[in-house]
Amino acid sequence: MLQLNCPWCGPRDETEYHYGGQAHVPYPEDPSALADEEWAEYLFFRDNPKGPFAERWVHSVGCRRWFNVVRDTRTYEVLAVYTNTEPRPDLGMGVAAGGQR
Amino acid sequence: MAKQLPEHPAWLWRDPNPKSSYDAIVIGGGGHGLATAYYLARNHGLTNIAVLEKGWLAGGNMARNTTIIRSNYLWDESAAIYEYALKLWELLPAELDYDFLFSQRGVLNLAHTLQDVRDSVRRVEANRLNRVDAEWLEPDEVAKVCPIINVSPELRYPVLGATFQPRAGIAKHDHVAWAFARACDAMGVDIIQHCEVTGFVKDGNRVVGVDTTRGRINAGLVGLVAAGHSSVLAEKAGFRLPVQSHPLQALVSELYEPVHPTVVMSNYVHVYVSQAHKGELVMGAGVDAYNGYGQRGSFHVIERQMAAAIELFPIFARAHLLRTWGGIVDVTPDASPIIGATPVENLYVNCGWGTGGFKATPSAGWVMAHTMATGEPHELNRPFGLERFTTGALIDEHGAAGVAH
Ligand SMILES: Cc1cc2nc3c(=O)[nH]c(=O)nc-3n(C[C@H](O)[C@H](O)[C@H](O)COP(=O)(O)OP(=O)(O)OC[C@H]3O[C@@H](n4cnc5c(N)ncnc54)[C@H](O)[C@@H]3O)c2cc1C
Ligand SMILES: [Zn+2]
Repeated sequence: MLQLNCPWCGPRDETEYHYGGQAHVPYPEDPSALADEEWAEYLFFRDNPKGPFAERWVHSVGCRRWFNVVRDTRTYEVLAVYTNTEPRPDLGMGVAAGGQR
Repeated sequence: MAKQLPEHPAWLWRDPNPKSSYDAIVIGGGGHGLATAYYLARNHGLTNIAVLEKGWLAGGNMARNTTIIRSNYLWDESAAIYEYALKLWELLPAELDYDFLFSQRGVLNLAHTLQDVRDSVRRVEANRLNRVDAEWLEPDEVAKVCPIINVSPELRYPVLGATFQPRAGIAKHDHVAWAFARACDAMGVDIIQHCEVTGFVKDGNRVVGVDTTRGRINAGLVGLVAAGHSSVLAEKAGFRLPVQSHPLQALVSELYEPVHPTVVMSNYVHVYVSQAHKGELVMGAGVDAYNGYGQRGSFHVIERQMAAAIELFPIFARAHLLRTWGGIVDVTPDASPIIGATPVENLYVNCGWGTGGFKATPSAGWVMAHTMATGEPHELNRPFGLERFTTGALIDEHGAAGVAH
């Protein structure tokens, strides 16, 4: 089981959280202008790297707030935790950590 | 039921060095990769081909799954491809001349809520329209098929009935892989283990070979059949796939006398159980919620599965757990596979089978081979192309696939 450090509540067991998948996937600015391919990208395509991954978690049974985590999907090691208003920390991983599209 | 296991076989395939060039290469030596190579050779006469496996043959999900085989999916497209597989399973032991213990002992899918009951009855009717054998059983009939299930209405999630597919069952997964490997080898297919594909060689937008840990290998056609690692490889080839990789676990007990005559699955309380020929109770868990490439999952997931198992099967309360393990499953947004062309010419993909692709091994190989050899999808995989995520023609099998199988 993972232990995640909620930015507001502190360290809690994984079972207190729910997973939200890839972080930094913005809602399209002008949805009606999107081609079908672009809608498909937005709806269905997410990064799936083997290594550092910027992802969202929500502290469902605690403060119920969303935040971001960079976690290594190979080792499950948590590399960074940050709030939605903070930029993705530069861990020297470039875009491999996913998200900036 | 407790038939003797076959002897561990002697070498069933050669251990060749890779040639510099093949007509076709299949990346991934799991069940689907081997079946693809088998049907490329058998149905299309392509024998100058190789299967490249980064680890050992069937060391991925193929020999980590809980071996449940059934075809009672909801939609026509799925029923067709899974039922085709089931019909091939019925022929394969003779065709491959290998007794891999395919046992049609039936599968019960339990319903625990009113909504479950409605969905299940609907699925039974849909299955019948597709000529898939399916029955709806009331709780007392469930108890007749599987006397060790607790059908008491006192349960927190009582058994309100079940769908039953009598022709469904299990098979011994590693033996299935060996059977295909032997047959491939006999037709001249090179099965190359410990050969990881690290990149793709392209001429413009056409794939012409692969880079591997054992050097560059040229190829006319390439099939990407890497299950949990599909998106890692797709990225190297320059495109994205709508799949997410998750850990999925299973576990077995010590050996017990035969007590469990069928296969029981419950999506709602989420456990599935059968008893292997040797006597282990084989149980599957759910996926870990997060993306992960570790072939292990979390203990709390197993704990929840065991709570469900013991409520449904009180006699398991004192069974001893022997082993747990995990695989990496590639899950799509609609819980249906992706089989077809990719944005790269001559590169085809078969992935996205998620938690339930073992049962489809023969038909997945059949249609993938067809697609690679002819450049056109087979009628059975035409609806399962990548383009469905753009057209919106999804095949939503969450109900029938669930995380259970
Ligand atoms: C715990 C568990 C239980 C399951 N239970 C069931 C069930 O009861 N019924 C059912 O129908 N399905 C079940 N499944 C799903 C089923 O196992 C998979 O859908 C199916 O095995 C996938 O096809 P495959 O056999 O080809 O995959 P795999 O055996 O995973 O084959 C993919 C292969 O590709 C190789 N590979 C990856 N990257 C590279 C590379 N770069 N170069 C070379 N080779 C590479 C891997 O090493 C691997 O051997 C289960 C899965 C798990 C994990
Ligand atoms: Zn919190």
